[in-house]
Amino acid sequence: MSTQTAESASRAGAEKKSSTGVIEQEAPETVDLKNLREEHEAAKKDQTSRVEDQDRAALVELYRLMLLIRRFEEKSAEAYSMGKIGGFCHLYIGQEAVAVGAISAVRTDDYVLTSYREHAHAIAKGISPEAVMAELFGKAGGCSRGKGGSMHMFDKDVNFLGGHAIVGGQIPLATGVAFATKYRGTDQVTLCFFGEAAVNQGAFHESLNMAQLWKLPCIYICENNQYGMGTSQERAMSLQDIAQKACAYEIASEFVDGMDVLAVREATLRAVERARKDYLPTLLEFHTYRFMGHSMSDPGNYRTRAEIERHQERDPIKLLSDSLKEKHIIDDQTIEEIEKSVREEVERAVRFADESPQPAPDELYTDVYANPITAGKRQ
Amino acid sequence: MAVITMREALNQALREEMLRDENVFLMGEEVAAYQGAYKVTKGLLEELGPKRVIDTPITELGFAGLGVGAAMAGLRPIVEFMTFNFSILATDQIINSAAKMLYMSGGQFKIPIVFRGPGGSAFQVSSQHSQALESWFAYFPGLKVVMPSTPADAKGLLKSSIRDDDPVIFIEQERMYGNKGEVPEDQEFTIPLGIADVKREGTDATIVARSLMVPAALKAAEALEKQGVSCEVIDPRTIRPLDIDTIVESVKKTNRVVIAEESHPFCGVGAEISSEIMERAFDYLDAPVKRVSAADVPMPYAKNLENLAIPTVDQIVAAVREVTYLDE
Repeated sequence: MSTQTAESASRAGAEKKSSTGVIEQEAPETVDLKNLREEHEAAKKDQTSRVEDQDRAALVELYRLMLLIRRFEEKSAEAYSMGKIGGFCHLYIGQEAVAVGAISAVRTDDYVLTSYREHAHAIAKGISPEAVMAELFGKAGGCSRGKGGSMHMFDKDVNFLGGHAIVGGQIPLATGVAFATKYRGTDQVTLCFFGEAAVNQGAFHESLNMAQLWKLPCIYICENNQYGMGTSQERAMSLQDIAQKACAYEIASEFVDGMDVLAVREATLRAVERARKDYLPTLLEFHTYRFMGHSMSDPGNYRTRAEIERHQERDPIKLLSDSLKEKHIIDDQTIEEIEKSVREEVERAVRFADESPQPAPDELYTDVYANPITAGKRQ
Repeated sequence: MAVITMREALNQALREEMLRDENVFLMGEEVAAYQGAYKVTKGLLEELGPKRVIDTPITELGFAGLGVGAAMAGLRPIVEFMTFNFSILATDQIINSAAKMLYMSGGQFKIPIVFRGPGGSAFQVSSQHSQALESWFAYFPGLKVVMPSTPADAKGLLKSSIRDDDPVIFIEQERMYGNKGEVPEDQEFTIPLGIADVKREGTDATIVARSLMVPAALKAAEALEKQGVSCEVIDPRTIRPLDIDTIVESVKKTNRVVIAEESHPFCGVGAEISSEIMERAFDYLDAPVKRVSAADVPMPYAKNLENLAIPTVDQIVAAVREVTYLDE
């Protein structure tokens, strides 16, 4: 992994912390700008080779959706610092290609479950930015009526089944959703997103074992952003090749560049086909990076500015816009128009969230039970 | 009415509900080919097939979570724990997923699932296999907790639990699987959750008992009758939601209460019932509420020590004599 070179080199040098806590440091010699540019060019070459057979409108939509999510998350950060969003707030900036690419490969009636870093998946699956922002604001107009918050978004209408905040907790759940679709004999598939740190949980291993044992149409998507909160993958995982772990369960797996939305989409399409036709699970490892802290309260003192900047050179949105420009699919004017429209969409979401009422006080006691029982009252 | 064992009554409930609704399926360790570690699921694989009756690997967290996910997608799973001791591995999915899903999704995802199996003490199976965990589960809003004490209650309450749209923790008692009793054969026989049953009427003292302690309390009441003390025995049957009204009504009549339970006393269900009585019927009490609980130690293996750890009929008799001041 080339990042290891960058890190070990940078950690050897003098460190100084910025106001955000991120360790300020010059980019080490091993990753000079020339190298970064070359890497970007190589990734672009790889991505443009995938552009050929794609529908133009679909490509532009992938770009629009990634940009919408980026601007949405930037606005979330702003709203969090203004106190409009409470609790934890885990931003997705840097990882947009994964949620957008993978979810673009499934139908509306397919299922998605994910972790607590889920604003992007919710929007990509079809929940309106208004309903997501209102949920973040703790308002009645939120997709969970203000009772779930940042980490618990749900929408039954688009089969978005959460939003789960115990690391790895969604993995057995998604396995069960896939079990239910096979039980009913439908051809729906289930996408289950989780970070690389969840791979160390027993829930991951128990689920993959059952999924292959019973041939369940679940696609396990590991978003390897290289850090479980502040602990780097190499400090937490003995075998760091996550895709290889699928061998333990005889599950098909792929290691994919998670900064390339088209590579993500293609790999997911292959897994979807396997799931729909043959009820087979797949493990996909998408290598990605979060540009922000673990959550809004993360001082970020476990990685260097140089490391972050190095990954920002592989920004999935910039990569796609460069590829699409090179192939003359979009030009600067279209990019500007998209930028303007997503900013407006995010502003509308904030306005909606601001104007949405708080949940009524009696909502405190609703939804505890589907069949509430007044004990002792004979029916 | 036929006289059958609690094991057979539970089996009938499972069979009838699975035949009634094809969304109901049963999974757990050794429930299918082996016919159940305690034979509660005997014959179900043969009759209902491997799609509906599923042997799992020993992977409690995994299959408990799989069950909750299947419930989110509209099925009605029955998840058997070979014993509730192993549910400890699955508590993340029971508590963090099943109990809270409806609430945190703003009412969108109900979880109609039953987690069932034997709990409490068995026969010399020592510390890790002899635990009464009802107070753990009863602590959480979103869960319902049921503990039957007779074959008829077992059947009627299990059928209601399977039909219920919320996650139900259904704790059987291993020592009671062979207990016999009359059980209605009507396929629509159910017992609503949240309703206590007065197992014996009396006037001088109330004994609140659940599960294994119900037959013990009834024996104690018989012995006390001969000593001139008339005891009312109340079995809440559902621990959450708790039918406190029936208990309080009895306390207002008898003015004296003993709570018999197989669990540890500290933070137990008995402590909760005692507190409720204090809050609702303090002025009616003629003596402090008395608990008879398991010894506050891990369950020992040695037969004599195990006998000392589990509450006995004699201890319940002594407790009733204490609250009625008979020995003063």
